[in-house]
Amino acid sequence: MAADSEFHVLAVDDSIIDRKLIERLLKTSSFQVTTVDSGSKALEFLGLHEDDGIINTNTPSVSPNNHQEVEVNLVITDYCMPGMTGYDLLKKIKESSSLKNIPVVIMSSENVPSRISRCLEEGAEEFLLKPVRLSDLNKLRPHMLKTKIKDHQEPEKQDKEEKQQQPQSNNNNRKAMEEGISTEKIRPRLNGITAMV
Amino acid sequence: MERNPLRRQLQMMRKSFFDQGYLDDQFVQLEELQDEANPNFVEEVVTLYYRDSSRLILSIEQALERKPFDFNKLDAYMHQFKGSSSSIGAKKVKAESTLFREYCKSGNKEGCMRCFQQLKKEYATLRKKLEAYFQLARQAGPMETACRPK
Repeated sequence: MAADSEFHVLAVDDSIIDRKLIERLLKTSSFQVTTVDSGSKALEFLGLHEDDGIINTNTPSVSPNNHQEVEVNLVITDYCMPGMTGYDLLKKIKESSSLKNIPVVIMSSENVPSRISRCLEEGAEEFLLKPVRLSDLNKLRPHMLKTKIKDHQEPEKQDKEEKQQQPQSNNNNRKAMEEGISTEKIRPRLNGITAMV
Repeated sequence: MERNPLRRQLQMMRKSFFDQGYLDDQFVQLEELQDEANPNFVEEVVTLYYRDSSRLILSIEQALERKPFDFNKLDAYMHQFKGSSSSIGAKKVKAESTLFREYCKSGNKEGCMRCFQQLKKEYATLRKKLEAYFQLARQAGPMETACRPK
């Protein structure tokens, strides 16, 4: 099936252990992975300078593929990072005309409802509690597929396609947030036993 | 039933880590990421953890000796330390980290210092146990580090 063609995920985390973990998790889920240790390096990799538009330099500091046009299908980032937080990175991506359609997922070790809603409001697709598990990554592919389909559709057709194919669109999430935090997005943990079936 | 005595010993050792609360389910998650292509994944992660967290321990130690006490800085270090410990499934170490952060938040210097001593003990104990475990795994043969959970 064409749906399993390689998706490329950019993972951002300042912890070397968590980078190793997320890389392995993503590769096990059959994604191509690039890991970077900061938000600014992530932006460099995506071809966007922190302060102003597109940069013309040819080599980002961390990349197996020193090519600015390498396609990134999803960004997964830690929330708590020194300097640029995951939230700051999310904002910069969503504010960029060239990058705003890239789905962004936030990871955090802390379950703070205000943090979660802030990220979802800013356009994050998911908020995952750390440590992240393989089963969490099953939530990622739909967001990447959605973007690929968008890229191939006529603008008029897009809305129809999205309504048919997504059981869970951003609109539902916004509503859920007004009513309270959606439990689909947050998986509460009870001493290592996951509450989600 | 495992016939090989070394493998049996390995399984028992592993089980004791969970029974005695040294490790939690996250360790099992690591084991499940190990396969023929990545046969030493768990050991690699644990090794990385000890290398990375030892510098955090040192930073915390130095910060505990500084005057005036900087609770915010301590809490920040411990947040990182707790995160890594949680990522490898180090249950007792993680619990001590949580306690330490609570002492930081309530500005309890004595509590921080006592707790840190206990944390270092748990950290060292786990390290010894895991080192012995991986060493035995090497002796027992390549199939043994990824045991399916009970």
